[in-house]
Amino acid sequence: MRKALATAPAQKEGGSKTHNTMVYLRQHWQLYVLFMLPAFLLTVIFRYIPMGGILIGFMEYNPIRGIMGSEWVGFEHFQRFLSSPDFLRYLMNTLKLSVFGLLWGFPAPILLAFLLNRILSTSAKQKIQLVLYMPNFISVIVLCGIVRILLSPTGMVNMLLGTSTNFMTMPSAFRTIYIASGIWQGAGWASIIYTAALSNASKELKEAAVIDGANIIQQIKAVEWPAIKDTVLIQFIMSVGNIMSVGFEKAYALQTDLNLNASEIISTYVYKKGLLDGDYGFSTAVGLFNTVINVVLLISMNTIVKRMNDGKGV
Amino acid sequence: MQKTKKKSEFAKLPTVDKTILTIGYVILGLFLVAIVLPVIYIILASFIDPITLQNSGLTFDFSKWTLTAYERVLGNTQIWVGFKNALIYSILFTVISVVVTLLAAYPMSRADFKGRSFFNTIFVITMFFGGGLIPTYLLISNMGMLDTIWAILIPGAFSVWNMIIARTYYMGIPRDLQEAAEIDGATEMVYFFKILLPVCTPIIATIAMWQFVGMWNSYFDAMIYLNSASKQPLQLVLRSILIQNQPEPGMVSDMQSTAARAQLAELLKYATIIISSLPLMIMYPFFQKYFDNGIMAGAVKG
Repeated sequence: MRKALATAPAQKEGGSKTHNTMVYLRQHWQLYVLFMLPAFLLTVIFRYIPMGGILIGFMEYNPIRGIMGSEWVGFEHFQRFLSSPDFLRYLMNTLKLSVFGLLWGFPAPILLAFLLNRILSTSAKQKIQLVLYMPNFISVIVLCGIVRILLSPTGMVNMLLGTSTNFMTMPSAFRTIYIASGIWQGAGWASIIYTAALSNASKELKEAAVIDGANIIQQIKAVEWPAIKDTVLIQFIMSVGNIMSVGFEKAYALQTDLNLNASEIISTYVYKKGLLDGDYGFSTAVGLFNTVINVVLLISMNTIVKRMNDGKGV
Repeated sequence: MQKTKKKSEFAKLPTVDKTILTIGYVILGLFLVAIVLPVIYIILASFIDPITLQNSGLTFDFSKWTLTAYERVLGNTQIWVGFKNALIYSILFTVISVVVTLLAAYPMSRADFKGRSFFNTIFVITMFFGGGLIPTYLLISNMGMLDTIWAILIPGAFSVWNMIIARTYYMGIPRDLQEAAEIDGATEMVYFFKILLPVCTPIIATIAMWQFVGMWNSYFDAMIYLNSASKQPLQLVLRSILIQNQPEPGMVSDMQSTAARAQLAELLKYATIIISSLPLMIMYPFFQKYFDNGIMAGAVKG
């Protein structure tokens, strides 16, 4: 800024806006060419060009003829999947998985953070955190491998229950497995952000509350909750914004032929239809539908929160 | 000494608090047990003879213990190919991604950067909207990147989220540093590399760790873009053993009966889980100090 300003008066006669911009660009070309260009190119090529590929969703795409040569079919693909009962089930599976996942999974790390915050000994706290973070470093494949082993008819869970149920083949068990294993893996890691916010809560305020004889519930209401409220809101909006992008990797790795009734979600369906069956146009249309729902959810969520939170959105 | 002090502090609390705290710690304790128990089970089971394990579960009769599973998994070349590929992909991806992201974050952190809001809009849109699986796949395919390492490394190299985090961190660096550098006539490059980056190591380490772990643990891109067995990263090898019940042929082919082969395949899963998870399990405690500040930087997002 100062550099640009310093040179501007010297250029007074030609002091038009474009001229100043030219001077700025000449002086700061490195910012554009060396710093910005790689990220910009990657974004344009791998994020924006595929957005053009959305047209495929309105075509009977033929890989040999390409986008230019393929036949337009308008909204045919959309009509096809919107009228198919299967699609409605996949949509509901996706929604249920993420809504229930949010309902159970969202409060878990907040609860953990409150509990961790009450542990006074730093070294004990660190040891507990080390255990809590561990599952985050296990890969999705290994997690699902462990789940399959523990839940197999001869696995640990059946041993403890004295039964021999094959949980992996039960559609009714899929969501519970998915959500519980998600909390097992992610709650500890997700608690970091709340723990950090809680540690910013004013110590004096808390001490004053204790001296005033406030019990835990009152302390939480007066001191701790205000300290993490904003973080909770932001996290909540982002989770809602991701409601339609339930992770492909885990759902796919927990699928068996017999639990597909509950485990087939939109992203796995898009993959199977598109890459395994080669139905490019149809698959693209389903994917686009998914993205659009997601964007609409995010925008409406942000608007609602803005209203509730005195005009402060994200 | 310390213990008694804590105890008396606890005793002083009102009854409501005691009840709430007790319930809370029981929940925390149960959660910790739920994390540790399966891990211990898998570790123990990996040493136990498959037939015994199936019939009577865990045993501490050490005559039934065996190292067969470990020998077979470690003796298999495909596992090692997977490890090697995962390591190469993760390191290269981390380097490319961190470089691109840190570079882009610098202009974005400067209030005087012309076009800042333009670039910001361009980048942020991609966080919420995209072409989806098929258009991306077709692009990669048309670019001739199918079944090459580039399909794994390049398309996802620039992370907008990490850029925002790095930018926020840069903006927290005192202005005096930059002004001093400018008075000294330092160019952008000199300032960035010599002055800014050295004070940003915590955030660089954090982003690098995320990218490394993310690449090491993912399988989707490799599954759709790589076909050759020689290019498969570890997670795909694991997938066939753990999820698809298809152990590498060399691991079980010498067993005579189908039943014996199936039992061995089960046992191999335990050892595979241990062996494949070990590297990150050993590494992550060393990164613990970076966890908090990285997440914090993300929390204060712009």
